Amino acid sequence: MRQMIALQINGAPIAVPSGTTVAAAVLSSGVKRFRRAVHGEPRAALCGMGTCFECRVAIDGKAHARSCQVVCAEGMEVRCDD
Amino acid sequence: MIKQVTRASQTQHFDVLVAGAGPAGMAAAYAAAQSRARVGVVDDNSGPGGQIWRGLPVAGETPVHALPKQAAEWNARFSNAKIAMIFGAKVFAHPEPGILAAETWQGSVVLDFRKLVLATGARERFLPFPGWTLPGVMGAGGLQALVKSGMPIRGARVVIAGTGPLLLAVADYMRHAGARILLIAEQAPANRVRRFATKLLRHPAKAWQAAKLRASLAGVPYRMGTWPIAAGGTDKLEWVEVTEGKKTQRIACDYLACGFHLVPNTELAALLGCQMDAGCVHVDDLQETSVEGVYCAGEPTGIGGLEKALVEGEIAGYAAAGDTARARQHFTARAVARGFASALEETFALRAELRSLAAPETLVCRCEDVPLKSLERHKSWRDAKLQTRCGMGPCQGRVCGPAVEFLFGWSPESVRPPIFPARLESFIAAARIARDPAAARQ
Repeated sequence: MRQMIALQINGAPIAVPSGTTVAAAVLSSGVKRFRRAVHGEPRAALCGMGTCFECRVAIDGKAHARSCQVVCAEGMEVRCDD
Repeated sequence: MIKQVTRASQTQHFDVLVAGAGPAGMAAAYAAAQSRARVGVVDDNSGPGGQIWRGLPVAGETPVHALPKQAAEWNARFSNAKIAMIFGAKVFAHPEPGILAAETWQGSVVLDFRKLVLATGARERFLPFPGWTLPGVMGAGGLQALVKSGMPIRGARVVIAGTGPLLLAVADYMRHAGARILLIAEQAPANRVRRFATKLLRHPAKAWQAAKLRASLAGVPYRMGTWPIAAGGTDKLEWVEVTEGKKTQRIACDYLACGFHLVPNTELAALLGCQMDAGCVHVDDLQETSVEGVYCAGEPTGIGGLEKALVEGEIAGYAAAGDTARARQHFTARAVARGFASALEETFALRAELRSLAAPETLVCRCEDVPLKSLERHKSWRDAKLQTRCGMGPCQGRVCGPAVEFLFGWSPESVRPPIFPARLESFIAAARIARDPAAARQ
């Protein structure tokens, strides 16, 4: 059994197995939109490997984090509503 | 020796530094560590394995997924060698000869090297079509990477489309993870794929993998000469349309995993001034680039898959550590692996119809929301960039660059630092080194 990590996504609590990336946690949470594009369209993870920047979110107040490259840590606060 | 760098702004010194910890980088670092060289590996991801072996267990951890035997063997070799590992660090600048600057989540790190091996891998090629920006449309390797990182997929309806052997590997992985694969649409025509299958017989390991994949995917429709033309839905993907030229079919689905083969990651090589050859990094027999002391292995020298990456990595690692005799022992194996690479290129060449998928309103540059119609009037990428901001967002053209190259024949003209967006404090740390390189070496 893997250890569970508790974090918040847009203020809602979620627990994910350790090793889960923030992008995967966002998708697990049911949130469909990672960011809004220049003209307001919803966007979500595309490349899954850190090159496209579509999955960027704010983590603990740091904007523009590529959520697919960051592993979830206890108590993280993720915001996808920028 | 596993070592995670977490402190901010520190300098590390290496005889051989390897950029990238996928198969090519792991093989290069392992080979270099056979000598008494001080070897380091830097990678953007949180662990070794690159994309193909994403999620390799770090020493002492139980693997999340069953590992292919070859991955387990290389992971054991790599983990037991004396290699300093710096994960979660993206290299963004080359402030001085012999120095790379990288940014981590916590701060920045300066890497000082005598020899460098570039093992920066490849990314997927994406092509614009109506609806491709909807949440739920992902790369084929992209969806796999996300599922490997913990994204739930059980019960989801998935259509896989695009081109290349990756589509089958992704389908197999998704099926084992509990997804319902509705269709695999391969754009290459059936006769070319069959010819490729015949050629595989010259590569027994690959032929065996292919046969296993085929058996495992029994019952999943695999249609060749078929490609996606549109995706739709309100706020997220609800359906995808595929065609084989005449007939069009609409399929309701949750995810479209769509990749049009791979493009090499050559940005770091370009920043270092390495000579390019048809979009790939030019190397000599010992995998050395046109820049002395800088080697390159794996996908950046030409898309060729796992075996090519491993053997080129070994050659580069031995050569960088000065053991050219051992490097030469792998030349025959490399020639075989490169034969496979050219067969790949021939088979999965993109069909002309894919150039006309995008509608005038379809966005080509997803970072800056630049539609096709604003690009069509320009003559070069430089011109288009200046007038429309295409390729000037955070991905720096990594997504739209290969697309406009295919659509308009435009190729990138120059690479400038930072090769990834970086925080101001990371620039300051790098600039300090550039001003006083001796300080970094103390």
